Amino acid sequence: MTHHVLETPVTEAQVRALKVGDTVTLEKTLFGIRDGTLIAMFDKGRRTTFDLSGHALLHTAPNVRKVPVTNQSPTGYAPLCIGTTTSQRMERFTKPLMEQYGARIIVGKGGMGAATLAAFRDLGGAYLAVIGGAAALETTWIEDIEAVDMDDLHPESLWRFRIKGFGPLLVTMDSHGSSTYDRVQDEAKARRAKILAGLGAAD
Amino acid sequence: MQLDIKEVEELAKTLYVRALKLLPPDIKRGFERLQAQETDATGRAVLDTMVQNIAVAERTRNLLCQDTGIPIYNITVGKNVEFDGVAMKEAIRRGCARATTEHPLRSSVVHPVTRKNEQTSCGIGVPIINVEFDGRDETVEIEMIPKGSGSENGSFLQMLIPADGVKAVKRFVIDKVIECGGRVCPPTIVGVGIGGTSDLCMHIAKVAATRPLGTTCSDPEGARIEAELSEAVNELGIGPQGLGGRSTSFRVHVEVAATHITMNPVAVNIQCHSARRANAVITPGGIDFK
Repeated sequence: MTHHVLETPVTEAQVRALKVGDTVTLEKTLFGIRDGTLIAMFDKGRRTTFDLSGHALLHTAPNVRKVPVTNQSPTGYAPLCIGTTTSQRMERFTKPLMEQYGARIIVGKGGMGAATLAAFRDLGGAYLAVIGGAAALETTWIEDIEAVDMDDLHPESLWRFRIKGFGPLLVTMDSHGSSTYDRVQDEAKARRAKILAGLGAAD
Repeated sequence: MQLDIKEVEELAKTLYVRALKLLPPDIKRGFERLQAQETDATGRAVLDTMVQNIAVAERTRNLLCQDTGIPIYNITVGKNVEFDGVAMKEAIRRGCARATTEHPLRSSVVHPVTRKNEQTSCGIGVPIINVEFDGRDETVEIEMIPKGSGSENGSFLQMLIPADGVKAVKRFVIDKVIECGGRVCPPTIVGVGIGGTSDLCMHIAKVAATRPLGTTCSDPEGARIEAELSEAVNELGIGPQGLGGRSTSFRVHVEVAATHITMNPVAVNIQCHSARRANAVITPGGIDFK
């Protein structure tokens, strides 16, 4: 149970040092990505100009406000409310994100499945859980929107955020084959028969 | 009372933003109850962060959650109210779009095939506008629910048969709560519909999921099942955010409807911990936000 402060991008060794139960605070840069972005990249052949190598990707589509372009707001967008969406829908994109773009960390909620866990093991990656629905708090960890790509997909654009003290996040899937979600699912399934019997609803 | 259409439009706008920022008191009390009962260290920490987020949202006047949801407006019209129903629905749609462009809010609504986002939170059939009637004199109530997608994706219908009995209904609910795990943003309100046609069954599951905490099913059989299932789901150990703990759900809510002699339908519709809802009551005396 170690706390790690990681400035992105990270190396394979840094991400392989993370173990389920550890906590992480991210610093510097975080990318925002979700369904529409990933479908465009991997099903429709679009490529981003951003270098995602060694980076952390947050499953999100933010609420933003249009503002004049300034040094503080180079994209013409100011962050209003930035939270996290359910990760499982993006399951089939983790491996190509890691293989083709060198991404190392997924920040999301609700966890991911076997394909993602295998990609973490084979390529060196980890999943960091943020508290879903706690977006007002999460927004206070984001300093600015630095850049945006594929904004025709708005709000499902690819966002680059400048972050400060983004966390603590909980390591819930690691590169050693461990997943909090698998453990909790296994435990719930083990309790199922007794619970159903108590309801007079045994199989 | 003549319903003022301009007032309806303003309320449709105001209620959308209020719902996204201020969690109803019954949900806040629900958090206090779960915090007092949670024994798992991770579960407690997650609940504490959720409660902290409610305070941050209030202090910074920010949205509780990034997901602006699918907008739902439930209109209840009382007695002795004159209104133009078509104009009322158009006014709600305009208010919903104005909330999105003027606040601004993320438009989370797209065409289901082209996936095109009009950036107004509106589209074909959205916002959803339900109109009901009740016996209150010269009263119109507007309830706005921004239904988050993480929990809405936790929606299921099974057309069970009479021979399966009520035990299959209970098993269905338990299995769906397990299947959803942390994806539906627990602690949840598990809405269960029992009976009706397929569409009515799904609809009453949504009514159940969005009912205030502390209310019970008006049908005694439904109330008994919701009490049983409320205990049972919190024995699963899924916990807040699916990271383990007792607090999988605030409560299971059940709504029932009569069904056919050949049918035994059950539906599940889940509400996430950001169980957002805002109401306003219009009377000749003015507007009262609940």
